[in-house]
Amino acid sequence: MSCSEKYVAYMHEYLDEEISTEHEKELKEHLLKCPECQKHFQELEKSLALVKSIAHVTTSDDFTLNVMNRLPKEKKKVGFQRWLRHHPLLTAASLFLVLMVGSLFSSWNTGHNLSVSKQPNLIVKNDTVIVPEGEVVKGDVVVRNGSLRIDGQIDGNVTVINGTVINGEKYLASAGDVTGEIEEINVIFEWVWYHLKNMAKEAINFFEESEQSQGVTAFLW
Amino acid sequence: MDAIVKKRIKQVLKGDQNAYAEIVEIYKDKVFQLCFRMLGNRHEAEDMAQEAFIRAYVNIASFNIDLKFSTWLYRIATNLCIDRIRKKKPDFYLDAEVSGTDGLTMYSQVPSDSALPEEEVESIELHETIQREIAKLPEKYRSVIVLKYIEELSLNEISKILDMPLGTVKTRIHRGREALRHQLRNV
Repeated sequence: MSCSEKYVAYMHEYLDEEISTEHEKELKEHLLKCPECQKHFQELEKSLALVKSIAHVTTSDDFTLNVMNRLPKEKKKVGFQRWLRHHPLLTAASLFLVLMVGSLFSSWNTGHNLSVSKQPNLIVKNDTVIVPEGEVVKGDVVVRNGSLRIDGQIDGNVTVINGTVINGEKYLASAGDVTGEIEEINVIFEWVWYHLKNMAKEAINFFEESEQSQGVTAFLW
Repeated sequence: MDAIVKKRIKQVLKGDQNAYAEIVEIYKDKVFQLCFRMLGNRHEAEDMAQEAFIRAYVNIASFNIDLKFSTWLYRIATNLCIDRIRKKKPDFYLDAEVSGTDGLTMYSQVPSDSALPEEEVESIELHETIQREIAKLPEKYRSVIVLKYIEELSLNEISKILDMPLGTVKTRIHRGREALRHQLRNV
């Protein structure tokens, strides 16, 4: 291949798609009259076509999974954040619960002072609230951080938080008269439970009221 | 597609591992093919391709987001394969001639597991021949030829992937083509 050095260089320029128009013209003219160079060029093109023909192999289906399994573990924080993003409702609900219980805990811990619901005829003595004999207390009585002695009558429910109902015969009708329920709350979980129950009751009341008012409006219509 | 890849990379940078799965999905065949043609062995190639993706993930913080991700990924894969080729002891090849026989290779001693239609056998044999001839190329020519003719990348991209001047890439491609011409002209 004596003549070829120059033309082989042109061939590679051509294959790199970087050949100038003059070189291309020169190469074409030369290929027409030189069978040796023609053969060389055809062999080049053939080998490249063969190489290109074996492209397009594909991996196994579980390739990505295998890679993902071999990656170093991601930070927990991110996994948690992604979980939060994907479960907004659960996130909101659990956040609500945490705040709820937290606030109840703190309100349990604060205020060790005696407090009592405001009814005019209740008497407060030290940390004991007394329902005097012969008196009728209207409405629910709530005593916090103190005891309740019932000598008279209560027309409603009794709740004593962090204290006791003092009377030899508590819970009996003769312990003065209580028309509603008597409840003593001394443990924090009871306290939480009590609040949740209250909230549920209020919610039910609210719905019942709105239903009633709807009923009324419907009736008026 | 580049926009999707960039977005996923940013998510990965924030630590979201799942975003990486999509990147793997996009490039897995390309990277596997590169490794397969460089190494000539499916099993080894799959291992190397996985390793390339894992290295890319571990070092993703050092990737410049303004550059092309594929270039960076191919560079990792190519370097891994070149390392592997250099380390590998060429002690046992199926296509090595069995001593004392005339032109018999180990291939002829491996029973084929199923009877295939003749055409298929022929095309598989042709593919194997081509693969073997590519594998015979010196590694410095093999990488440029595979990147150019199997992965169909531009000379510019190849020079970036191999971190080598464009002139060097061209010289290697020219020599690689001449070597292939010699090896494949009688196929």
